[in-house]
Amino acid sequence: MGRRVLVTGLASFWGARVAQALEADPSVDVIVGLDTRDPSVPLDRTEFVRADQSYSILTRIVKATQVDTILHTFLVVDSTSASERNLHEQNVIGTMNLLAAAGAAGSSVRHVVVKSSTLVYGSSWQDPTWYRETMPRVAPARSRVERSLVEVESYLSDFAEDNPHVVVTLMRFANVVGTDIVTPITRALQLPLVPYVFGFDPLLQFVEEDDVVRAIEFVTRHRIPGIFNVAGDGRLPWSEVAAMCGKRLAPMPPVATELAAAPLAALGLELPKELLDLLRYGRGVDNRRLKNAGFEYRYTSAGAVRNFIRAVQLQRVVGRRPSYRYEQDVEQFFRHSSAIVREPEETST
Amino acid sequence: MLARRLYDPIYRHWFRVEWEGLEKIPTTGGALLVANHAGAIPSDAPVIMHGIETELHRPVYGLADDLFRAVPVVGTLWSRVGGVAAHPDNAYRLLRDEQQLALVFPEGTKGTGKLYGERYKLRRFGRGGFVEIAMRAGVPVVPIAVTGSEEAMPMIGKLPGLARLLHLPYAPVTANMLAFGPLGLVLPFPAKFKLRVLDPVSFDVAPDQDRYSKSRIMDEAEAIRQRLQETLFDLLRDRRSPWFG
Repeated sequence: MGRRVLVTGLASFWGARVAQALEADPSVDVIVGLDTRDPSVPLDRTEFVRADQSYSILTRIVKATQVDTILHTFLVVDSTSASERNLHEQNVIGTMNLLAAAGAAGSSVRHVVVKSSTLVYGSSWQDPTWYRETMPRVAPARSRVERSLVEVESYLSDFAEDNPHVVVTLMRFANVVGTDIVTPITRALQLPLVPYVFGFDPLLQFVEEDDVVRAIEFVTRHRIPGIFNVAGDGRLPWSEVAAMCGKRLAPMPPVATELAAAPLAALGLELPKELLDLLRYGRGVDNRRLKNAGFEYRYTSAGAVRNFIRAVQLQRVVGRRPSYRYEQDVEQFFRHSSAIVREPEETST
Repeated sequence: MLARRLYDPIYRHWFRVEWEGLEKIPTTGGALLVANHAGAIPSDAPVIMHGIETELHRPVYGLADDLFRAVPVVGTLWSRVGGVAAHPDNAYRLLRDEQQLALVFPEGTKGTGKLYGERYKLRRFGRGGFVEIAMRAGVPVVPIAVTGSEEAMPMIGKLPGLARLLHLPYAPVTANMLAFGPLGLVLPFPAKFKLRVLDPVSFDVAPDQDRYSKSRIMDEAEAIRQRLQETLFDLLRDRRSPWFG
């Protein structure tokens, strides 16, 4: 029997891509996608449920669909994309409800993958050069998003302890760049002048968006338990990243940086606390554990940045690709109408 | 004691509090009282605490948000009348070691911070922590539905800027303040308070365990929340006027 997978955050950048990748995998029988918004990419056979992160709905879905695998890609790691309240509801409460649903008596769930971020390590002057998965963060979490992710991870480790029969995988991703993703960092790199904190040139580590999806797919397929950093090899100074993009730097004062960064929000560039810390001290994580598990990265940190630059160059000429619109009725028709002629191997669901 | 004697006329003549099912509150042993929370500066806590203390002659310890203690005067007054910071260990100590009655509002500031238009619609019950504490302490949960609290201090607006400045969860603008001026901060409208005590909920799990099943906790919390919500609607169905009951 094939796998039955629940993807949370189907409309998020990652949820959508992971679902697309799973659709191509014949060993996956059923993919159920959950989100409060419509999916943003075309999907062939994923069943989309519009639902929030409340406990009663999650238990019903998990029970009714009898999923064996949950891919939790619903976590907000970009704090500029959600209000503080929503961020807390979605990350902390959403994860708590999801894990409670997955751990209910008689639950069919055997594998849980959570997509977290290297934000849980923070960024401070006391940090080790390369954080290993087992190391606790050095400086206390100041920003809301970091605190929420730390809380999410502690829920997950409780869950793993209470449910020894479930494979639990926790993935911490470094800053992602790539062809399509938009983050405060990619926005900053597309400004005429790239901001930096005067007197600091932090070393940053990146991971390419395709590697992110492949990594999630990899641990899902092989059911690998544990905590994994996911980041490309090597680190780059921020000044070099800007130079690669052909941009000049504009200094922000090293004192009262938050105050100085505030007006930038009006220009469409919000630089939250955790990012300002990163622009001072950088961050490095040890990516060997995932490699030792058998995963091969396609891109190094520098390679990821180069790929991003190529995408920007294309975008400059043709603009952003037209966005996809989800049509509920059409999708339901293709999935469930008796008028659709189905290939024999597809009807096995 | 002085605070109590001063409060009694408010309880009797201003709110004209009426109880239903008071006999369901255990007269001995610990129990965790759980109620809906409402009114920008809520009157429900003193009403419940004073009511049970005068009718049953048992003290009730109200568990409130820690930030209560940071507010001058209010914090001191609160601890004098039996208020305790809502720390899980405080609750456990009261319920298990001292076998007392403790009162919590699982909605927390989400309940009191809602606008008048959303009155009597229960918010999320936190993370179900109250169920976990009751399980660990081995005591029943006694839900109490309160009506009148929403009308006593209806919130018609919020000042987010002021709230940030004072580090409060919200800064309310209430109808009382518009009607009575600054006095409205302490003077609620004379809404009629009616309270109904629901059947106690016991959990057949062993106390004092490190951890309880999260799904069981959420199921129980959700069930209690739903029962409380239905009881509230039931009370409101039979209420002709918020002022006279």
